[in-house]
Amino acid sequence: MSDLLKNFISGEVLTANFEETKPSFNSQEALDEANRCLYCYDAPCITACPTGIDIPGFIKKIASGNLKGSATTIMDSNPVGASCARVCPTEELCEGACVLNDATKPIPIGDLQRFATDWAIKNEAVLFQAGKKNGKTVAVVGSGPAGLSTARELARLGYTVTIFEAKREAGGLDTFGIVPFRLPKDISFWEVEQVRNLGVEIRTNTEIGKDIFPADLIDQYDAVVLAVGMSKVPMLGIEGEELEGNFDAIDLVEKSKNGNYPEDFIGKRVAVIGAGNTAIDGATTSVRLGADNVKILYRRTEAEMTAYDFEYEFAKQEGVEFRWLTNPKRLIGDENGHVTQMECVQMELQETEKDGRPRPVEIEGSEFLMDIDIVVKAIGQTRHQGIIEAFGLEHSGGVVKVDPETFITSHPKVYAAGDVIFGKGIGEAMVVTAAQQGKDTALAVHERFKQSVTERS
Amino acid sequence: MADISIDFAGIKSPNPYWLASAPPTNTGYQVQRAFEAGWGGAVWKTLGEPILNVTSRFGASHFNGQRVAGFNNIELISDRPLEENLKEIYETKKLYPDRVIIASLMVEPEREKWHEIVKRVQDVGVDGFELNLGCPHGMSERGMGAAVGQHPDLVERTTMYAKEAAEVPVITKLTPNITDITATAKAAARGGADAISLINTINSLIGVDLDTWNTVPNVNGKGAHGGYCGPAVKPIALNMVGECARNPEVNIPISGIGGISTWQDTVEFMLMGAGGVQVCTAAMHHGFRIIEDLTEGLENYLDEKGIDALSDIIGKSVEKYTDWSNLDLNHKVVARINNDVCINCNKCHIACEDTSHQCIDMLTDKDGNAILRVREEDCVGCNLCSIVCPVEGAIDMIDLTPTEPPMSWNDRQAAIHMLEKR
Repeated sequence: MSDLLKNFISGEVLTANFEETKPSFNSQEALDEANRCLYCYDAPCITACPTGIDIPGFIKKIASGNLKGSATTIMDSNPVGASCARVCPTEELCEGACVLNDATKPIPIGDLQRFATDWAIKNEAVLFQAGKKNGKTVAVVGSGPAGLSTARELARLGYTVTIFEAKREAGGLDTFGIVPFRLPKDISFWEVEQVRNLGVEIRTNTEIGKDIFPADLIDQYDAVVLAVGMSKVPMLGIEGEELEGNFDAIDLVEKSKNGNYPEDFIGKRVAVIGAGNTAIDGATTSVRLGADNVKILYRRTEAEMTAYDFEYEFAKQEGVEFRWLTNPKRLIGDENGHVTQMECVQMELQETEKDGRPRPVEIEGSEFLMDIDIVVKAIGQTRHQGIIEAFGLEHSGGVVKVDPETFITSHPKVYAAGDVIFGKGIGEAMVVTAAQQGKDTALAVHERFKQSVTERS
Repeated sequence: MADISIDFAGIKSPNPYWLASAPPTNTGYQVQRAFEAGWGGAVWKTLGEPILNVTSRFGASHFNGQRVAGFNNIELISDRPLEENLKEIYETKKLYPDRVIIASLMVEPEREKWHEIVKRVQDVGVDGFELNLGCPHGMSERGMGAAVGQHPDLVERTTMYAKEAAEVPVITKLTPNITDITATAKAAARGGADAISLINTINSLIGVDLDTWNTVPNVNGKGAHGGYCGPAVKPIALNMVGECARNPEVNIPISGIGGISTWQDTVEFMLMGAGGVQVCTAAMHHGFRIIEDLTEGLENYLDEKGIDALSDIIGKSVEKYTDWSNLDLNHKVVARINNDVCINCNKCHIACEDTSHQCIDMLTDKDGNAILRVREEDCVGCNLCSIVCPVEGAIDMIDLTPTEPPMSWNDRQAAIHMLEKR
């Protein structure tokens, strides 16, 4: 943490702390690595990519100097390919599948993908054209990876698409939900622009149930795609959550994405509850906001945590400490209503639960007190149940039920994709998965209208 | 999107990429796969009297970890019956009428033999013929291939024989295993060739095994010279294309062949006068799928340059290619080292010190940092330092403002001659 100290001047957090951590490849590095790629046929990296990017193809194009073609190959398969270059757990996907793992070392596919998409961003390359208008209209609710991906594909197929976004800026998770030092907002905005340039209208500041109503969307559009993702972190459900010093990790990340750096963290002791992707983001953000000590508390162990290995490594390098098998029971405050201590309890793992993970159980009498100033909760996300119910869709605990082939919900005109259909133990809540579901949903919509559209033209 | 179609000696192709006559074009199955992938044309594996092949057949030079810098083969022409090849040519052309099929032919340099094969093949419908007068191994020992291609009179005569019977364009393929390529190129033109294609492969031996002392490749312990191709031969091919393109006595379209692996190579060959290109080794290394980047890269290049059609660039560099005696003796170039980019490997220093003109000094700046500096007054602008430099942008070759008007060796000799005459 010490090297970040220079970035705090008289108690002020500097934006330098939130600039992208990892430098981009220079052209020499990109060329060296691109030429190292074997250009496998039927390559395992392609199979490992949820969006099926022709990875050897885009890398070959970097090697040949056809950077526009390279970026086109990437973005064609993945409408949020620039974001994914930065946030994908590549060692578990493409790079993990690289055949060179068994020979020398894998090709840095994520970095090469970033190199090619950065070129497209810098050169304002126009990669795609909207299809000839086919007269059909689609409303997409939510502008995150799944919504953008659906809209992009539909626009290329000739649909007139309108995206409805509750926030004042589009991009969803990529814009607001991933720490800026891993994914700068500009990258997400470029992807949004790519979609907008295909003639997709994006209505921001438009909330379902307030500014626009489900019945109207269903009435006015030929199809509606629900891609609202997930919501805030749920309550811990323990005593003392109303005290000052309680933060929601998702709110915290969103603030930092907006360049709004809370100053309450400087010199403080922070406890982050949970060990998923957002917990890592909450913890590393706390470090960059100037916290003196940051601990991640998790009721299970290292083996069960859902954060990716590279995130775990990154957090450790940032100086984040981990307390396994530890669960908060109660928050204790001072006379000013500010949290000062957390009562924790030691856990042990017992038989396996339905989702395949062992059940953590409190060890009786193991309670202890931990001195803290700030609690950042990151124990998962709640669902936009209100919106789902406003559409009258069948769901299970906020997970919308869809036909796995057609992505159609219980309402025949309404489709759903992305985190809104991500349920416990089913699939992966990755940006890249949402992107693929968006593509699949667009194709499913097209499958339905294809005939009438072709007849018309 | 720029138009990358070509009209080569009257043969229309949707893109400039044809597979060269070689193993990739051995069968209808292969050529159809290539067309499916997007290749503009294919020059069918050479037809003639069926032959016998040996195993093994190929060898390759790998250089510093890059595989297939160069490639050689001792495979002969088609070893399949002519009827089979003709049937497949017919089927393939029917399936892909918009693609080009050129039949490569090789028979002994006798009028009747050429008339016979040209007519037989013509009957199934091909877009053109390519006369294989270049195969350097095996066939040449039987008086065909390079044995014909090395004699200008035989080139002229053979071309004439083919032309007498051909109703479609005839392309004469030249061997590089000759001192002056323009001698046979001119002979082909005299024989009435509609175009020439070059280069065929170069006589080569890939290597010798350090343990067995066998040649690479070898057939049961013995080897024979093979035909060399692949990226390593590109500069040789590019020169020969340029030499033919700038020779007014050749003056027929050129199909460029030799190490073409990328869209950039294609641009270079076409600027140097090729009206289309043929590819083999790159496809053998990576498969027909390379056509995607070959065409897309070319289109993107032309779009970026604001050029509407590929045909607009053909031969645009030819006038820049001349004899040494026309080069400007008063032009001065010097090296300049950018020490903020330099990584201090000192490779430029030692290259210059030991093998060029001893003008790069290893110095220490006022802060004690190692720096390299060129003594420009001693620099001859040879480029060696910038060639060995591993870092882009560390060494620039700078054109100095001329102090005297341009003067070539020819200008100088003419001036001296005039003074002497006075």
